[in-house]
Amino acid sequence: MKIQQFAQHVQALQIREQRNEVIASNIANADTPNYKARDIDFNAALRGAQAGQLNGQLQMTKTSAGHSDSIGVGNAGTKTEFRTTTQPSLDGNTVDTDVEQAAFAENAVQYRAALTFLNGQIRTLHLALKGSD
Amino acid sequence: MSLSKVFDIAASGMSAQSVRLNVTASNLANAGSVSGDPANVYRARQPVFSTISNGLSNRSGVAEVRLAGVIESATPIERIHQPGNPDADEEGYVYASNVKIVEEMVNMLSASSSYANGVEMINTTKDLLLQTLSLGR
Repeated sequence: MKIQQFAQHVQALQIREQRNEVIASNIANADTPNYKARDIDFNAALRGAQAGQLNGQLQMTKTSAGHSDSIGVGNAGTKTEFRTTTQPSLDGNTVDTDVEQAAFAENAVQYRAALTFLNGQIRTLHLALKGSD
Repeated sequence: MSLSKVFDIAASGMSAQSVRLNVTASNLANAGSVSGDPANVYRARQPVFSTISNGLSNRSGVAEVRLAGVIESATPIERIHQPGNPDADEEGYVYASNVKIVEEMVNMLSASSSYANGVEMINTTKDLLLQTLSLGR
């Protein structure tokens, strides 16, 4: 198992964290006039983060041949987009609280999923190192 | 730690909503008040929210809520003939506040459910953070 396999889940966690923030902002601003709801396209953001890693943008400098590649930490690929609204209100606010609550819950579950994958990989490594439970 | 920013965002929303609840409470408490002078009548108040946005937060989508101010309702005040009222003016008229009780009740429900949303966000995020802290155990 390569340490790089952690990278994907770490990147997923980071994007989920950011999406959590963005959706929290939407819910907090549900009654703010002229606030426009935003969201992060998770798949595009993950592709962006992985591309950034492949391009070497997020690599640490290696000063010895023994150093392994750094796993991608950073958020180069994340950008927010305005949500297409179904029922904008008169005060210019485009937050649909139900949609945002659903998105928040979904994002939290996906975050937990990424944590579970990471935990599984860590446990596997532990098992390989110790040879028994 | 990016997740902990959610606490600030939710807290800003909750404090804005609690101001809204306070304003609604004073509106309801003063709903029946009358005065002999139209300048002194209680007028319904309404908080106005705005978004705290600096250059960085605009791009990242992180937006806290700020109380922009409290405005007074411009709805006309009702003039009622009540000669027996000690507050009445020379012609026997009193002026009643322009609070609409139904509007205030709706405001109260909306504010309390928005407040509850903030609490839920904090609880969920706290769970996520604690699970992240116990990663690998």
